[in-house]
Amino acid sequence: MLQLDGIHLTLDGFTLRADLSVARSARLAVLGPSGGGKTTLLNVIAGFLRPDAGRVLIDGRDVTGWPVPERPLSMLFQEGNLFPHLGAFDNVALGIAPNLRLGDAGREAVTQALAQVGLGGFGDRRPGDLSGGQRSRVAIARMLLRRKPLALLDEPFAALDPGLRREMLALLDELCRAQGLTLVMVSHDLRDAERLCTDLCLLEDGAISLNGPLAPMLAAPPAALTPWL
Amino acid sequence: MKSPIIATGLALVASMASAQDSVLTVYTYDSFTAEWGPGPVIEEAFEATCDCDLQFIGAGDGAALLSRLQLEGDRTEADVVLGLDTNLVAQARASGLIAEHGITPEGLTMPISWDDPQFLPYDWGYFAFVHGTDLADAPASFRDLAASNLRIVIQDPRSSTPGLGLLMWVKTAYGNEAGEIWEGLADNIVTVTPGWSEAYGLYLDGEADMVLSYTTSPAYHLIAEDDSSHTAAAFDEGHYMQVEVAGIVNTTNEMALARQFMEFMLTPAFQEAIPTTNWMYPAALPASDLPDGFDTLVMPETPLLMPAADARALRDAALEEWLSALSR
Amino acid sequence: MAERAQPLGAAHWAGAGVAALVLLAILGPLGAVLWRAEGLSALGPQDHGAIRFTVWQALLSALFSTALAIPVARALARRRFHGRTALIALMGAPFILPVIVAVLGLIAIFGRQGALNAGLAVFGLQGIEIYGLHGIVLAHVFFNLPLAVRLILQGWLAIPAERFRLAATLGFTSRDIARHMERPMLRQVLPGAFLVIFLICTTSFAVALILGGGPRSTTVELAIYQAFRYDFDLGRAALLGLVQVAICVVAGLLVLRVALPAGMGTGLDRPLERFDAQGGWQRAGDMAVIALSAAFLLLPLGAVFLRGVTGVAGLPGSVWQAAERSVVLSLATAALAVVLALPMALLIARGRAKGLLETIGALSIAVSPLVIGTGLFVILRPHVTPGSSALPVTGLVNALTALPFVLRALVPAVEEAEASHGRLARSLGMGGWARLRHVLLPRIRRPLGFGAGLAAAMAMGDLGVITLFATPQSGTLPLEMFRLMGSYRTDDAEAAALLLLGLSLALFWIFDRGGRVNAAT
Repeated sequence: MLQLDGIHLTLDGFTLRADLSVARSARLAVLGPSGGGKTTLLNVIAGFLRPDAGRVLIDGRDVTGWPVPERPLSMLFQEGNLFPHLGAFDNVALGIAPNLRLGDAGREAVTQALAQVGLGGFGDRRPGDLSGGQRSRVAIARMLLRRKPLALLDEPFAALDPGLRREMLALLDELCRAQGLTLVMVSHDLRDAERLCTDLCLLEDGAISLNGPLAPMLAAPPAALTPWL
Repeated sequence: MKSPIIATGLALVASMASAQDSVLTVYTYDSFTAEWGPGPVIEEAFEATCDCDLQFIGAGDGAALLSRLQLEGDRTEADVVLGLDTNLVAQARASGLIAEHGITPEGLTMPISWDDPQFLPYDWGYFAFVHGTDLADAPASFRDLAASNLRIVIQDPRSSTPGLGLLMWVKTAYGNEAGEIWEGLADNIVTVTPGWSEAYGLYLDGEADMVLSYTTSPAYHLIAEDDSSHTAAAFDEGHYMQVEVAGIVNTTNEMALARQFMEFMLTPAFQEAIPTTNWMYPAALPASDLPDGFDTLVMPETPLLMPAADARALRDAALEEWLSALSR
Repeated sequence: MAERAQPLGAAHWAGAGVAALVLLAILGPLGAVLWRAEGLSALGPQDHGAIRFTVWQALLSALFSTALAIPVARALARRRFHGRTALIALMGAPFILPVIVAVLGLIAIFGRQGALNAGLAVFGLQGIEIYGLHGIVLAHVFFNLPLAVRLILQGWLAIPAERFRLAATLGFTSRDIARHMERPMLRQVLPGAFLVIFLICTTSFAVALILGGGPRSTTVELAIYQAFRYDFDLGRAALLGLVQVAICVVAGLLVLRVALPAGMGTGLDRPLERFDAQGGWQRAGDMAVIALSAAFLLLPLGAVFLRGVTGVAGLPGSVWQAAERSVVLSLATAALAVVLALPMALLIARGRAKGLLETIGALSIAVSPLVIGTGLFVILRPHVTPGSSALPVTGLVNALTALPFVLRALVPAVEEAEASHGRLARSLGMGGWARLRHVLLPRIRRPLGFGAGLAAAMAMGDLGVITLFATPQSGTLPLEMFRLMGSYRTDDAEAAALLLLGLSLALFWIFDRGGRVNAAT
């Protein structure tokens, strides 16, 4: 589903090298220290950064030169996922209609997406009137509505307390299964990865030092993973 | 550590010495005190004769000078105020701040007689429209000017002394017809500036064909810049005079010294500095003693000057005419 | 009020003290003029006309300045090109120029014999006329466009980068970005920018008179001049000063109700990462906007440069002494402005009486320097000689004038620093000086440098109160330049103007750079 083929990118003295393959409906956790290149990796996949060498393939298509909006993916950021002056409904609706012109079907889909994340009836609330967890749910609802096969998550729940984070991960788990989403999530917490992901890669100093299915790694942790346990 | 102490001591002694000298404080307009103005030359010349310390204090232009004096009232430090013109004299007189000078001026070389008990003139000039010598058909009167397509820059009478001078010029020459003249001039006036400097700058930049200045202005270009391309237009109705005067402030503690300065003002040591520093005619210097170049200047045939008291009485009505003619 | 239980720290008291001092320094002189006048005089019909005209031209000027600044700021925000940082810095220059220098520069381009008319004549087109209301507005736009661009650009850069990335993944077009991100930002930033520029333009004097074409363009400031200089009617002068205060307060209440600008001027060398507007024609459009605005702002400066450059070496000694004095004065002003602004910014950042403090900060833009200068003169005259107080008084008034702008630069940064590290610092028991030195100052170095630079440059070019206090030995560079102009010495005056321009820019640049070296943010 997602393939990074000989990616090489130098940015302000930092170099990222990546070869990676994620199967359809797999959920990859990218673990690593701050400054290890996790967000850079996501930015390359999303198209915010163009690699100096190598290819990005999604669904077998080489999207390396594609502009961001044309890539079949959704993204959740650490912060700033919502527009503060728009209500929850409009924030979700932006996922399918950036000009907010929705037909009846569109409106119905937005309402349904909000209901799916447990925010039925909260459509008029602005981000300022929502709790941190509710804001995350709005962002997730938008991601679902977009129905893009690939989702990129850049520590979207880092600011939430552990209880809420568990809740969000469970919600995502459920929804990913329902839509068969392929997911890449950047995290610095192995337990988060455990809750949601099927695969794990470790990114340190711009290079992938470990990569494979998650379960066996947890069963017999390799030395590189020890600090994260 | 010794030398700073000695230096401090010396400075102290020096300041004490100068403190024992009597100090004469003269308020004047800014450009008088400039390095290149008459101030430094005159200060040196007077101090050589008086065994005193002459201090010039600049306070904007002539009008600012008077308001500064009025603002300070009888608390002023000024012993002498120098640089008011005849249009401001009545207001200064009315403030009650000016003493009688008790001097009979001799050797005045102005085209008018002078017998003011409070103010003595030190220089004078004619207001005139200055233009380039390449200007064909220079106007010979306000009516000519109004009928022409020439573009002029003038100064606002509310903020500048030349502006007020022009107002009085038209009023003196035309009396009740002044408003009509202004209406005729309205379409010739490019703009009205706050002061002389801006207007003259605009003229030199080519923004206007003529600027209200003095008949002596071309002398600056001729003498200081060796440039003979400026001249002044002679007007048939006559030219309004600006007479710049000085007076003794009646709160002075240095009456004798102030009087000595007023007398010095009319001696050649002072008067000879005027033409090429203030670019005006000295009030008491024969034409033969003027520097070369002054002989080339336009010399109006009819000097106009409204008596100070009349100038004050007519001023507001004249301003009203000016405003209503130009506000249209 | 909710936080009343918290004890006010030293910083709060300092802030409140400074605010009181500022208020006193502005209203005190007004009161002094009034006291000296022994009562108010009535306003004449011409004064009413002057008030109407003042408000009208200020409205137009502020409208055009802010409206034209939007495309310029947008273009600068989304394009990166070689020399962008230098261009942004240089484009700020008109704001710090002495009025008369700038006006002569403008006339060199837009005047009757200016470059523009010369160009039009080549194509056989009719020349334009700069004198009139449009000339006033043109000049005010020239002065204030840089300010508006800075304020708005800052707003653009304050939109989180992640939001632009989000917009890209959602496939936003430039129109969608305008609707969902830029317009809400503009609604926040524009009213404040509009207010500041409106207030600046209400005290316009020389611009309105020189370019206005005559007494049709009489402003309140000119009426004040008339009251002082022509009529010596202090009561009317004071009343007109009060009218200025009233205009400021009314405009402030109307506009601050809508919004306050978030900040200005710092970190402008970071271009936005934009994933829209990459089309060729949009790129070309942006570059055209940048080129046009740069030409508008820089050509008059170029004219000032060309006229002055040959004469600088031959300037009279008194000009160099005045320049020295002006540099010292500017440095002192910058220091004073920062010392005044910092405690006020702290107080504002902690949410105390924000609107009131901001209005106090803005008052000094709106009240006539002539009234303040004269009032200070009335107050100080019995106690000190003008010669010895000229520079301190000028420094104080200049610092007050710069205060609103320094505040605008500081407040957002202090707010940010307080929000992110204030609690941590409190929990560590860091108080007072330690906190200021180790937590706050390192984080606000950039806006501090920018604010100090702006204050220094503004002081360099100021020709306000100094004229009342200066003796021949204490003139500043702008005053000396004016004296040169008043003595036919146009060439020297033009060289002095260039010296002034160069020194203002250099001072601004040094402070602004200084704030960036090793800056924490």
